[in-house]
Order: sequence, then C-alpha cells, then structure tokens
Amino acid sequence: MHELGLAQEALDVALATAQRQGARRIVAMHLRIGGLSGVVPEALRFALETITAGTPAEGARILMERVIPFCRCEACGGEYEVVDCSYACPMCGDTRGRLSRGKELDLVSLEVA
Amino acid sequence: MCDHCGCTLVDDHHHDHDHTHDHTHDHHHGQPETDSRVLAVRQSLLSRNDRLAERNRGVFMAHGITAVNIMSSPGSGKTALLERTLTDGADRYRMGVLVGDLATENDARRMRAKGVKAIQITTGTACHLDAHMVHHALEQLDLNAMELVFIENVGNLVCPASFDLGEALRVVVMAVTEGEDKPLKYPVIFHDASLVLINKLDLADAVEFRREEALANIRHVAPRAEVFEVSARTGQGMEAWYQWLEGRMARKKSAVS
Repeated sequence: MHELGLAQEALDVALATAQRQGARRIVAMHLRIGGLSGVVPEALRFALETITAGTPAEGARILMERVIPFCRCEACGGEYEVVDCSYACPMCGDTRGRLSRGKELDLVSLEVA
Repeated sequence: MCDHCGCTLVDDHHHDHDHTHDHTHDHHHGQPETDSRVLAVRQSLLSRNDRLAERNRGVFMAHGITAVNIMSSPGSGKTALLERTLTDGADRYRMGVLVGDLATENDARRMRAKGVKAIQITTGTACHLDAHMVHHALEQLDLNAMELVFIENVGNLVCPASFDLGEALRVVVMAVTEGEDKPLKYPVIFHDASLVLINKLDLADAVEFRREEALANIRHVAPRAEVFEVSARTGQGMEAWYQWLEGRMARKKSAVS
C-alpha cells in the first residue's frame, strides 16, 4: 500500500493536533491498523520514523495496535475471525458475512509534552 | 472542537473513557514522561480521501448520475470493454468517462472516438485514482448532460481498492487469460466488487480456461458479487452487463423519486 503517504497523513494530523493543544513535542503516536486494511505495519513504522526526523514528533514512540478482522454472519448471527480472506462462517457455512472490524487505519491518540 | 471526543461542546461535558479524567488535568500514561498528556485523535488516515469521496458522491447524486468505478489489472481489456459499451449504448444512455493512467492520453482518445466526452487523468506516478483527482476531473464534465459516468481506474489490482472515489458501483474486470486463481491472489479488490466481468471470453478455449474453477474462486472471495462472462471484442454476453447497469440506474431513479 502507500505507507509513506499514510505516514505523512498521520504526521500532518498529529502535528496539527499537537499545535492546537499547545504541545511542544510529540512523545508517542498510537495507531490502529486492521488486518484487512492493506497496510504493512512495519513499513508504516519505518516510514513514520523516517519522516518525523526534524519535526516535533522526532523520536516519538510508535504504538501499533493491530485489529484482527472479524465478521458477523448474516445467517446465524455468529462472530468469527476472517482467516486468509475466507468469509465462510465456521458455524453455519454461509459466505455472506459482514466485516465488523479489521479495516481500520486510524491515528488513535498522541502522547505530547 | 474537543480533542478528547471530537464533539463541538466546549465546557461542562463528560467523557466515558477507560479511566476518568477532566479537561484541566494532565496525567500520565505508560512510561513516566514529565508533563506529558494524552490527546485522543481517533481519525482515520483515509478520512481526507473519504471526505472528498462523499463530496463526489453528493455531486453525482445531485445530477442523477450513476458512477461506476472499473478496476482490473493492466491488460484485462477495461478500455475495449468501455469502447464497446459506449458504442452499443450510444442511443441508450447519456454517458461520460474518466480514465486514469500514469501516462498518455490514449485511452481518453479512444473513448472520444466513440462520441463520448472523456477526461484523461494522468497520474504521473500514482498507481491509483483518488477522490481528489476525480473531484477535479468532474469539473471538466457537463454533468447535466449525463446519467452514467464510467471511471476507468489505473490498471492495478491492489491499491485502487483502498480509495473511495465517490462511486455508486465497483466493477472488477478479469480476463480469461489471467488465470483462474486471480481472485484468490487479490481477495480485497474482488470482495469489494458488486460485479465481476470475466472478459475475453472469445479466448477461453485457446487458453483452456477452467470456468467452474474461476467462478468458484470468485464466489469464495466475493460471495455477494454478480458475475458475467463477456467478450468486448465479439459482443458476447454484453447485454447482461447493460441490463445490470440499467437495473441500477433505474433503482437510483426510483430511490430519488
């Protein structure tokens, strides 16, 4: 995916938020990455560590929370993990489950000083 | 706007968080850091694109336009399929086209040769279209004269899936020459499609296309998608594609009225 572009977006939002709140430094960034978001967390971390250099977010701890994709079955109501992009419900076999989580790509919070 | 919960109230409201705190206190999380505090952000990194996509969606709806995002790998025959659609649909639908490519205006020229207004989006290095590019391209279309706009995405089965353009419908085109397991290799883009068009049907025998296997694979990763087998070259199967489009255009019209 476009980890560098996403990292830039995360940094832009982070710096704007920090500035609005009168913070001098961003000490940590908490991101939430869904398993089906298409993002490789390590690549995003690498991109962030690269572009934060020289900014108030330089050296910030990058916290990556990973969300395991889960589906809710429309036929039997059960919740199940999506493994290998298979949407088949392990309880009843129906294949039309709706994703309840797993596509997140969020900047959750910042720790600032 | 409150940075803790995103609401527009400024004073005297409470947040339900994992722990309680109020606006006036600094507090510490994790490793001790002098005077550090946590700011909740809770913003999607795709929200900029998503906001513009919703704006595009609103523009389409306001003009009664059904927008179709057509995605595939390079060489699946997207452009030929659209050329055929524009030819067959000339007296049936009022159409416009947006085409995305890294370079050249070739595809837009091919569309214009069919008598349809087409805007080429040359992305330079971007491997997908995004809502911002579509937003600007729409400014060049006479939207009042259209009811169906095709957006031919950049040939790429990975990245376009992640970028909402404001379309009503997503179609993935896959040629018989690409291999029956293509859907299994690119599950995300197939899963998001309302319709999968298996193209180049006229070549199926030549490549010994295993039809049942391909259909089973599509069903596995995209159980909700309809599937039509077509040949843009011979016209075989194309009427089903037109009927499908008409059904969705009609649905939209009745929803609006």
